[in-house]
Amino acid sequence: MSAISQETTFLGYRRENGRVGVRNHVIILPLDDLSNAACEAVAHNIKGTMAIPHPYGRLQFGADLDLHFRTLIGTGCNPNVAAVVVIGIEEEWTRKVVDGIAATGKPVQGFGIERYGDHETIRKASIAAREFVQWASEKQREPCPLKELWVSTKCGESDTTSGCGANPTVGNAFDKLYALGSTLLFGETTELTGGEQIVAARCRTPEIAKQFMAMFDRYQEVVERHKTNDLSDSQPTKGNIAGGLTTIEEKALGNIQKIGKKCMIDGVLDKAEAPTGPGLWFMDSSSAAAEMVTLCAAAGYAVHFFPTGQGNIIGNPILPVIKLCANPRTVRTMSEHIDVDVTGLLQREVNLDEAGDKLLACMLRTANGRLTAAEALGHREFVLTRLYESA
Amino acid sequence: MIHFVLHDGNDSVGVVVVEGVAAGAELTGWIMDEDRMTSVTARQDIPIGHKIALKDMAPGDTVLKYAVDIGKVVAPIRAGDHTHVHNVKTKRW
Repeated sequence: MSAISQETTFLGYRRENGRVGVRNHVIILPLDDLSNAACEAVAHNIKGTMAIPHPYGRLQFGADLDLHFRTLIGTGCNPNVAAVVVIGIEEEWTRKVVDGIAATGKPVQGFGIERYGDHETIRKASIAAREFVQWASEKQREPCPLKELWVSTKCGESDTTSGCGANPTVGNAFDKLYALGSTLLFGETTELTGGEQIVAARCRTPEIAKQFMAMFDRYQEVVERHKTNDLSDSQPTKGNIAGGLTTIEEKALGNIQKIGKKCMIDGVLDKAEAPTGPGLWFMDSSSAAAEMVTLCAAAGYAVHFFPTGQGNIIGNPILPVIKLCANPRTVRTMSEHIDVDVTGLLQREVNLDEAGDKLLACMLRTANGRLTAAEALGHREFVLTRLYESA
Repeated sequence: MIHFVLHDGNDSVGVVVVEGVAAGAELTGWIMDEDRMTSVTARQDIPIGHKIALKDMAPGDTVLKYAVDIGKVVAPIRAGDHTHVHNVKTKRW
């Protein structure tokens, strides 16, 4: 008997476009690096709002610029966000982000700094932010069917206990969510190296397998083009190696445990691209934790499973990151970062089904409003993926 | 007490899941996919999370974990040895 069923509900915020979020953030979103200061000033002025600073947005072009816009717009569109203030150095690109977010029907207002300066921009944006946050603070949670909760996963600072314990626990939870018709996501293209045929075999159709392999091969070409050695200084990471992982193949096979035993891959996505229906989606993405989780948030995911071995401490500004760990030393030395302790798995004290249920129970509490360890500790890593140099 | 785990009965390495494994220790292992026990004697100290060889292997041999190829042996390994980056390398990149 699973911890969840078709009757299971969670308390979420239903947004104007029908999507359901589990947080009610009013964000102050900079278009570019230059606008961080004004955004942080507005968030300082208006309590209950949150600035999301980042270092990019100038002189990007082509696919890299498209990804920048897609990530910012996707972040604003995420159902964990109630309303958005966008600030950019100039008005045209700012309006592009505003219009993208406005398509969801949620309140959004943009401000360009040129011809006004920081003071006047901060004044006007603060007025909008105050109105938004007071409006958002009256929003009520309502019971929603569990399958409306979009769940993403990515592991980090993995070690061998990830592949034996924490990752299979996510896999068990994913299998149960998949059976309910949930919308799920995984990615980390290079970290499937050595297990890519296993992933391809799990694709629902030969066409999807072909699309997956094209993404995998493209990323391998990037590695081949830029590598200066066998990547053993980067993949596995020094932390992975300290934790006992020896090769990328070993890391990948542990990684793949996250997609469980029954889920099929129903489609592939470009970075920060939103899925078009339920099922398990693969996103072609970096394996760096903050980059990948930022892309999950931009694709519209509302809660995230993050298994760790050696203790990655990542969080995200808008996406609650639930950490689970099967390494007893990490749980002992870094307990404030771990939401779900599954160390019992490796001593045979609990079975995989029980561990999966424990994670799902934590997921429901988190969806209902309980802060994750990363949220309580203030981890708000927002890292935009760049594809190449600026012009 | 389970000292190490392996995924498949044919895996050539297991993962140490307790702290303080020292050379000479008799270790109990759990084969997860088959839910049965096995054992090996540690020939070296092995940190938690690191792998222990379950059989002798020669350079060029393939190391199996999850019943899948995880790399090649690059220095002789005996059952009970610490198995890591000093004696196993990737076949990729």
